Amino acid sequence: MAERSPATRRTLWLVLSLVFAFLYIPIAVLVALSFNQGGLPTVWSGFSLKWYASLVGNAAILSAALNTLIVALVSTAIATLLGTLLAIGVEIRRQYGSGLEALIFAPMIIPDIVLAIALLSFFSLLDFTLGLHTIILAHVVFNLAFVCSVVRARLKSFDWSIVEASADLGASALTTFRRVTLPVILPAVVAGALLAFTLSVDEFIIAFFTSGAGRASTTLPMQIYSMIRFGITPEINALATIVMAVSITALTLSQRLNRGVIGQ
Amino acid sequence: MVSQIRLRSSLLMAPALAWLTALMVVPCALVLALAFFRRGIYGGIEYTFTLENFGLVFDPLYAGIFLNSARIAGTATLIAVVIGYAAAYAIAAAPRRLQPVFLFFAVLPFWSNYLIRTYAWIVLLNREGLITQLLRWFGYTGEPPSMLYTEGAVIAGLVYNYLPFVILACYAPLSRLNPELAEASRDLGASAMTTFRRVILPLTVPGIAAGAVFVFVLSIGNFVTPALLGGGRFQMIGNLVYDQFLTANDWPFGAALAMALIAIMLLVLTAQALAADRAAGRAAEAKGGADG
Repeated sequence: MAERSPATRRTLWLVLSLVFAFLYIPIAVLVALSFNQGGLPTVWSGFSLKWYASLVGNAAILSAALNTLIVALVSTAIATLLGTLLAIGVEIRRQYGSGLEALIFAPMIIPDIVLAIALLSFFSLLDFTLGLHTIILAHVVFNLAFVCSVVRARLKSFDWSIVEASADLGASALTTFRRVTLPVILPAVVAGALLAFTLSVDEFIIAFFTSGAGRASTTLPMQIYSMIRFGITPEINALATIVMAVSITALTLSQRLNRGVIGQ
Repeated sequence: MVSQIRLRSSLLMAPALAWLTALMVVPCALVLALAFFRRGIYGGIEYTFTLENFGLVFDPLYAGIFLNSARIAGTATLIAVVIGYAAAYAIAAAPRRLQPVFLFFAVLPFWSNYLIRTYAWIVLLNREGLITQLLRWFGYTGEPPSMLYTEGAVIAGLVYNYLPFVILACYAPLSRLNPELAEASRDLGASAMTTFRRVILPLTVPGIAAGAVFVFVLSIGNFVTPALLGGGRFQMIGNLVYDQFLTANDWPFGAALAMALIAIMLLVLTAQALAADRAAGRAAEAKGGADG
């Protein structure tokens, strides 16, 4: 870039500092208050881990966390399989219909609330009993689209002639996939799975609409939502800190894997 | 050989496409169909054709909510674009090796739970929150200001949640900008302001547009932020749809509202795609002219 005057440079640094303050102060305050001793959720009165301890004893939160884990693991497993196959299927064809593209792209941009009411209407028309299984069915919809887009990005630079070479040398389609294609796309598959896992752990609206009444199928975001509606407590601060740490770790990992892919 | 590849490709795609068809296309088509039916007397659905629900969308009461949502989403978009562009500009101007680090930390908050990021603003803005305490610390003794459950709080929440995407979208064209262009403009006597307005800004419009469309589309259909930070007093389309399905039990009207929401989204996305096409066409023309 062109040489800048010291005044311009100072202004640019000031802009950066202000933006980062805006992005991080709300989160920092929340995390700091999760270690607050007092019962007031917003006034600091000394360090303590007691809110984390009280989370462990909260049966509703534990059961919600378990539900979230089940939904996220199962929907991620299905979505990773279907999304990866879809990505390979689309890319070996190498001619994309715009209808197909729109269908694959739609789950990523359709407003949550629309997909949520659509699935609720659909399940209730079919007289489906709502529960964790319907949340899983719903989460696979957007998860597979995200896995597919991550894997496709990797396949764009894939040299398909090595697949042909493998076939010419007598390897079966399955062996070729296992020994040639899979090792190349594996980092992207894992990155996609981590992304899907995080999206599922964090997803609230669709789960809320497709979970049915009753506590049995409450997920963690639903639990957090109802706690927030009820009022702010130090316990939510602690729970929020844990959830944030988990999703940021998973996504940083996913990003790393993807960067590794690009770097190759 | 070619047909064999097509067959294999179809087999590989089949499970995912079947899933998307059964659990997205069919349910969405069902909602569209639902919008043309009547609400039963005791809730439920009466299967007689009507256009009433779409008429109701244009009823002043509900049209007002649409306009309100568009205004809130528009304001949030404007603020997010101004802050996001400034941030992207500052990142692109930072030393090369620091740029990926800044970018990573600008996007990091975006990866944490949406509910929690919104909740963080309740902690800041509530009557005994950080801002009130700061005011007290500076000697303010009056009533705590009411900041939570205002339109301003909803806008702040939307800007906060979607800002990282604007930074990302604006950074891409800014980082690809040829520095010689700005230098040439300065050498030819243009002021810094003119250079920015006439050279840098036009070249980075695609990034701004992508960021703006993203913020607007996600904001106008938002349900969580108005519910938590607006305290239910500032109805937006998302909340209205929610109410029709879970409270008022008028599914056909809720379906019509959802379809109107999709129509607005498609309109905005199409407008952006057309604008991008035209910009690309202009750029190609300019390039052709320069080459010729």
